[in-house]
Amino acid sequence: MKRQVDKSSPPSGFTPDAQSALERAGFSRRAFLQGTGALIVSFSSLGKAAAAGAQLSGSRKTPGPANIEVDKFGAHVTPGAPPPDQVDSWIAIGPDGRVTAYTGKTEIGQGMETAQIQLVAEELCVSFDSVHLIYCQTPITPDEGITSGSQSTPANFNHQNLAQAAATAREALLHLGARRLGVPATSLVARDGAIEVQNDAARKIGYGPLIAGKRFNLHIDPNAKRKPMSEWTILGTSAKRPDLPAIVTGRFEFVHNVRLPGMLHGQVVRPPEVGATVISVDEGSVTGMAGVVKVVVRKNFVGVVAQKPWQAIQAAKQLKVRWSSGTGLPSQANYYEHLRRQKSRDSMVVNSRDVPEKLAGAATVLKATYYHPFQMHGSMGTSCAVADVRGDHATTYSATQSVWPMRSTVAMVLGLDPKNINVLFRRGPGCYGLNGADTVTYDAAVLSQAAGKPVRIQLSRKDEMAWGENYGYPFVIDERAGLDAKGNIVAWDHEAWLATLGTRPFYDRPGNVPTGMLLGFDPMPFVPRSPAPEPSRYNNYDNFVPSYCVGRVGEKAEGTGTIESERALVHNVRSPFFTGPLRSPERLQNTFAQESFMDEMAAHVKADPVAFRLRHLSFPRLRDVVTAAAHAANWDGRPSPKPTISKTGIVSGRGMACVPYSATNGYVAMVAEVDVDQDSGRITVRRFVAAIDVGPISNPNGLKNQVEGGALQGMSRALGEEVTWDDRKVTSIDWATYHTLFLGIDVPKVDVVLLNRANVYATGAGEVGITVVAAAIGNAVFDATGARLREVPFTPERVKAALGLRA
Amino acid sequence: MSTITLKVNGTTHTLDLDPSTPLLYALSDDLGLRGPKFGCGLGECGACTVIVNGEATRSCVTPLNLVHGAEITTLEGIGTIEKPHPLQKAFIEEQAAQCGFCVNAVIMTAKALLDRNPKATDEDVRDALSNVLCRCFTHVRMIRAIHRARQEMAG
Repeated sequence: MKRQVDKSSPPSGFTPDAQSALERAGFSRRAFLQGTGALIVSFSSLGKAAAAGAQLSGSRKTPGPANIEVDKFGAHVTPGAPPPDQVDSWIAIGPDGRVTAYTGKTEIGQGMETAQIQLVAEELCVSFDSVHLIYCQTPITPDEGITSGSQSTPANFNHQNLAQAAATAREALLHLGARRLGVPATSLVARDGAIEVQNDAARKIGYGPLIAGKRFNLHIDPNAKRKPMSEWTILGTSAKRPDLPAIVTGRFEFVHNVRLPGMLHGQVVRPPEVGATVISVDEGSVTGMAGVVKVVVRKNFVGVVAQKPWQAIQAAKQLKVRWSSGTGLPSQANYYEHLRRQKSRDSMVVNSRDVPEKLAGAATVLKATYYHPFQMHGSMGTSCAVADVRGDHATTYSATQSVWPMRSTVAMVLGLDPKNINVLFRRGPGCYGLNGADTVTYDAAVLSQAAGKPVRIQLSRKDEMAWGENYGYPFVIDERAGLDAKGNIVAWDHEAWLATLGTRPFYDRPGNVPTGMLLGFDPMPFVPRSPAPEPSRYNNYDNFVPSYCVGRVGEKAEGTGTIESERALVHNVRSPFFTGPLRSPERLQNTFAQESFMDEMAAHVKADPVAFRLRHLSFPRLRDVVTAAAHAANWDGRPSPKPTISKTGIVSGRGMACVPYSATNGYVAMVAEVDVDQDSGRITVRRFVAAIDVGPISNPNGLKNQVEGGALQGMSRALGEEVTWDDRKVTSIDWATYHTLFLGIDVPKVDVVLLNRANVYATGAGEVGITVVAAAIGNAVFDATGARLREVPFTPERVKAALGLRA
Repeated sequence: MSTITLKVNGTTHTLDLDPSTPLLYALSDDLGLRGPKFGCGLGECGACTVIVNGEATRSCVTPLNLVHGAEITTLEGIGTIEKPHPLQKAFIEEQAAQCGFCVNAVIMTAKALLDRNPKATDEDVRDALSNVLCRCFTHVRMIRAIHRARQEMAG
């Protein structure tokens, strides 16, 4: 197998599937980017395209650890990466007219592949089927950092990156067509892969002959005209996912299916307790076992390599490792109180500085505390990666959401030069944030380096759950608010404690995930800070500020509500377990507390929960989703709880919650309708009705799929999911001990209302829906029973306890 | 090691493997099949489901010596991209997937059910899926797809 990327063939290490994908692209990508056969396109009207490069000069450093330049749109100016300001980095047109698009935003199950193909097809005026999308392969795709934070649509569907590259390419083709056809560009149209003369469709030239497989050699033009929604024929339709036929027939290559010649199989041996370290490893304990090739020990990383996966699993089980005892864990029973007592790093998100006096002067002050546990991504498959490390070169096949950052940190783990490393994305099981995909990539890399051969590793279920992924953060949240005599909220104080350890590795922190730490890399340091400095600008990315507040920092009020007196204070505490951005990180927990508390206040003043929300919301798009969801649910406008509540048997109710996700990244309101069996404490959700506004909708069916999945995943997290531990180790290590909802449940109906908006920023959609689910359910339970649930998950025991507290 | 004979999707294979090896590894590593997947290795989630002599079987916990000579069908064996099985077709029509990792579990479990009971009710489907997992929670669409396929299969 060839080791080097050369100018005439795809990068080394491509599997046959990837190889054929490149061949489908119709040319050598590397040669293309290196400028062979350059086509010089220089038209006066495109002269301003050169200015597109200039906008990159306003680049900034990424927050946090990496010294990587990013442009203002978040595309990274990484040495070796295709330059993000060049059309050729994103779009190529083969001699046959087929389009290949390159993107740094990957597919992790949410349909981003499909939507990005639609985008390119739309802007280039070609059919959906004539676009091939290649995503997240470091040798050939631009560095867009991490696919996360519901940022793929914002990054690629607004006036930059992929969208703007495609629009620039279309305009360039129009100008090339003008030259070839001898007609002014203004008299031409792009249609179905050709440039044709308006009102004379016989006079046309296809993209293939027009560009003849050459480069555009153009900067992305920020002024290239995007197609307005009114002209869309592909975007905005429910294009079917091109990957499904292969997936449903078992032909699709997940990372788990990557097979390389001579590939061996690894397995790891993780510490038996949190904080345990290796004392000694008895390699002799696996000597003579069938297929065992190597035992690998590096600091506290222990693994084995064997000929076959089952042999590796057996050897890992048999390998005798002496571990020190662990560092011990705080009691789970008292963990939330423990959180409040730790040293913390404090942040103030908003502070009007008048909250104490407003509360003192209020007619009523309400207080409540809410609790949210550590939760898992708990991906359907355990994490898997394949690495091929030979000498000073390495290729990794990884389901990471961060191929370019991964290239840097794999280099650190292996002690190699990043330029000798390829990270080739292959799909894994649905991720929802930061599952074990990054950690297992390090596992594979270290094992392959030691074995000198390609190694595949897929974690055991227990290792995935106890030592593979970074859990979602636990929270304790104190809400306090004052109401005037008319029942209007006059001040809101939100104070939260959460625990974190590590996060994504970014470009230089392999220690932010378990394997990196076991290899001796440190997680991001924890630096306590108290008191919190006052905020210098408004940033409600994590939804710490309730939607009902004005969000004022300095002169500007950028929140979505009417409450002027506001404070949001956050205490970040060191976690005993690795944590990361599980779907709707922080926003979900904050929203659970705030939307439940809003409901408590509405009940206290005997107001209808929907009307009470609208009374305190100023932002039209958020008001609109609230109204639309209530309308679609045929909302029964009255105060909660229901006037006549039976205290036994099964009762039903409805609840509402809403949020502007990450302050500005999508708007949702959701109504939950539930039954509560008051004898067993069991909650059954009968229906969800969601209204969502994410700006211009790329694919309505795909968006619905996200909201449906978010609603039910949110329901599972609200009703059952919780990481558990004893005094030394995690005890939720499989599907018997980590409680999720299976497919055999009585599935609620999920109705989704889509509010489509032209001419606004296209926002993300993957995380907005799930954010409101726990509060919507909890509020519905209150409506049905008069009992308030303040701790997730709403297990039957907790429901019964809450029912017992009713007057 | 010993010689194991597996009849997979109509083809007989002879493999030299430790007979205690779970069937999943023979299918995905020795035969290179991509349908059955490792999800938990404990028989809890269904990702590895194959049909053995008509029964939906968790291949991650089924040692080879129990399936020596048995008729094994995998997701690949029930249809192709060109000629999908009605369940596979229905999953495409309903766009019933997100990441797609659990699709094998759901389709193969449903296939065994519908083969045995073409008139399966809602409750039968729920029963059959009671220990099948989809962590993207594509439940709404998957259940709809199964009923769509059931209707098509009933003709």
